[in-house]
Amino acid sequence: MNPRQFLNPWVLFGAAVLLTAAALHNDYYLTLINFIGIHTLLVVGLNLLMGYAGQISLGHAAFFGLGAYTSGILTATYGVDPWLAMLAGMLVCGLTAFLIGVPALKLRGYYLAMATLGFGIILYIVFNEAESWTGGPSGLTGIPDLSLFGFKLDTPKRLFLLIWPVLGGIMALSANLVDSRTGRALRALHEGEAAAQSLGVNTSRLKLMIFVWSALYASLAGSLYAHTLNFIAAASFGFMFSIKLVTMVVLGGMASIWGSFLGAAVLTVLPEMLTMFHDYEVIIFGVILMVVMIFLPRGLVRGIMDLWEFRRYKKEGGIIG
Amino acid sequence: MELASLLQYLISGLTNGAIYALIALGFVIIYHATTIINFAQGEMVMLGALCAISIYHHYPSLPVAFVGGVVLVTIVGILFERLALRPVRDPNPLTLIIITVGGAVFLKGVAMILWGKEAYSLPSFSGDTPFHLGGATLLPQNLWVMGLTALVLLALESFFRLTLTGKAMRACAYNPRAARLVGISQSRMVLLSFALAAALGAGAGILIAPLTLGVYDMGTMVGLKGFCAAILGGLGSSFGGVLGGLILGVAESLATGLISSGYRDAVAFFILLLVLFIRPQGLIRGGS
Amino acid sequence: MAFHAKAEKYLGEPLCLGALVVILFTMPILELQDISLAFGGLQALDKVSFAVGAGTVQAVIGPNGAGKTTLFNLITGFLSPQAGKVVFQDQEIQGRPPHQVAQMGIARTFQLVQLFDHMTVLENVMVGRHRLSRAGLLAGALRLPWTRGEEKSIKERALEELAFVGLGDRAQQPAATLPLGLKRLLEIARALAAEPTLLLLDEPASGLDAVETERLQEMILALRDRGLTILLVEHDMGLTMEVADQIAVLNYGQLIATGTPREVQRNEEVIAAYLGTDWQT
Repeated sequence: MNPRQFLNPWVLFGAAVLLTAAALHNDYYLTLINFIGIHTLLVVGLNLLMGYAGQISLGHAAFFGLGAYTSGILTATYGVDPWLAMLAGMLVCGLTAFLIGVPALKLRGYYLAMATLGFGIILYIVFNEAESWTGGPSGLTGIPDLSLFGFKLDTPKRLFLLIWPVLGGIMALSANLVDSRTGRALRALHEGEAAAQSLGVNTSRLKLMIFVWSALYASLAGSLYAHTLNFIAAASFGFMFSIKLVTMVVLGGMASIWGSFLGAAVLTVLPEMLTMFHDYEVIIFGVILMVVMIFLPRGLVRGIMDLWEFRRYKKEGGIIG
Repeated sequence: MELASLLQYLISGLTNGAIYALIALGFVIIYHATTIINFAQGEMVMLGALCAISIYHHYPSLPVAFVGGVVLVTIVGILFERLALRPVRDPNPLTLIIITVGGAVFLKGVAMILWGKEAYSLPSFSGDTPFHLGGATLLPQNLWVMGLTALVLLALESFFRLTLTGKAMRACAYNPRAARLVGISQSRMVLLSFALAAALGAGAGILIAPLTLGVYDMGTMVGLKGFCAAILGGLGSSFGGVLGGLILGVAESLATGLISSGYRDAVAFFILLLVLFIRPQGLIRGGS
Repeated sequence: MAFHAKAEKYLGEPLCLGALVVILFTMPILELQDISLAFGGLQALDKVSFAVGAGTVQAVIGPNGAGKTTLFNLITGFLSPQAGKVVFQDQEIQGRPPHQVAQMGIARTFQLVQLFDHMTVLENVMVGRHRLSRAGLLAGALRLPWTRGEEKSIKERALEELAFVGLGDRAQQPAATLPLGLKRLLEIARALAAEPTLLLLDEPASGLDAVETERLQEMILALRDRGLTILLVEHDMGLTMEVADQIAVLNYGQLIATGTPREVQRNEEVIAAYLGTDWQT
């Protein structure tokens, strides 16, 4: 391996995960890092939909909740094997996304945003009201720990060793995806739907596929979340959490897998580190959303990369873009 | 369902419907001037209610509180347009959605800091002695809401049809380029539309505050319902928006009676999804 | 270029009766039959019929608002005619969605260039290969072994098309950083990557300087020599007269003339419609 290959982000990522596992023993920090992982999983999925395909979802927390509740209810109430429940969650989520997606993705822009927002709020109301199933506002307790090869994943360290390799795998899948035929079609759909169609891209099918795909990520994240906390309550899956996810995408940058990680990490750590942040959290999200979109509409990381790249080519060729 | 309770649901439905109609008008006006759907519209309702409540707290006169609340929120609407939307360089829907959502969240956060999380009340405009109407009770505030909404609607229509500025705004909506050619400033009209929509939202918030209390997080729900009303009306005419609001209010109120109150809000969004999925152009065709 | 000379070039041998028969009676690859479309009260196209012979360059001309771009949108599925048929290779395609039309082998460019701005020049052309490749979402995400071969051939073919239009050295820069002239060429390369049977060019010369227009002209003729059928909407009459085998003239949604460039130039109705226009021949 030559030295440059060590700078490959994937190698660095793997090394960081191993190092953390070996050196970090503080349960608080490990738990925090696990939440970063779960959030990154959600944000990568949302970014595929929003940043790459250009389709907004203001109700992504609903899929997260659907995954969490399917896992939670099946394991805590019915004693189903957690891994099986996780699969069931993905099935439920995928199916829901499909059924909602068929009519919703015919809508554009503002209408799609409103439809996903409405859908998110309906599910949130159901999470709250269907108390006999979900425990309502007071929550669902007694969700068992996951276990793998006979090991109970009951400590933050053990969960870390599940969540982060899984996340690494999902991020690799996503990076492959965006660099594949389908990924190019997604980006093409975002930047010019008519042009993409004129080249044979079935844009409505593609939108539906990526919507379902990103719902699957959210479902997986939801299941992991339920087994990490052993407890879930409706308040975690409301409108504000959907907005928080959008903020993570915007902060990290549209159409950027690593940016998703950054956005999720910053907005997961900040509220924990700064206690004053808690009261101002909502204001800060609002400011981030507005300021970043006004000045760098493709998000922070991607926006800065664009500026650099455009400048480079303008300098080299003396071209006016 | 017996007649008396049906009447009761109708009364509360029409009252809420009138509020939704006012908010829907805000959506329609901004949409006409800019084709933007302003996700922060609901927050203007919340701000209107809370501002009026605070003013009333310091200076207990309802007319002063009403006018003060509307003026303050109108200023917020103007600032929002100037500071957050005017500087956007690449005005595509995705960007504008995120910015107006950001604006909504920001205003909500500010309200939480200023007013805290508790709910405040505003006294009714003319007492709480109910009228009895065929077994149902009708509060004076119900009448205020419906009456003032009707008045505002009339005033708006005459503004758009009779005054020069109103005509200019309509011209801008139909044909921005031609409007510019005859010397109408598009940017002024956009600003005016945001101001007007904010004022309408604030008015709605102040009218409803005596019935439902004012609280920092009321904006999202009420804003979405206003949007739902606007969509029902086809986003085309103010008349459609008002009709959409009344239909939504009554449907929601009846559903509350039939199902359960916990799912009340879900009904509105269910209707919203249904309309968006089946008839996105609205129940009432958007005419002139 | 005279029609005779062109026919010679096309066949690579002196003109004879047989060649004339071949040229004038080639099977039409695209046929428009009584196409009509109105927007509100405006009759954008009124019973327009003409056929495009396989392997020819057919131009559609007419004053602004004559319905040329509407015609393109009808053929490529972005609009549906209210009456009439569009027949491509013996199949009726009117009313089919754009991606299906594209998958049958019709590619187009747009009057206002529509590139994927934030993708690289190369990636833009690679999207053109979409209809001819098959890696789906899962196969792509898992990077299955067979998809690597496909990716490689997509890339190679895209690079070939870039080289053909002269953009080979700019493969890695974002499409938005190209000047307008090169953007038009990139759009053509992207369409070519789809290996269309029929290529629709919507005002490819607008915004090009004289040198670039010259290159475009050579390119169109080279493409026809490759066997492509080309349908061209163009305002640059010099270019149109040089490259077109047949010209259809639209005016206010009506077809007022068809024929060879020379015939069309002499047509009185056409001259009347273009009164005051410099033909630049």
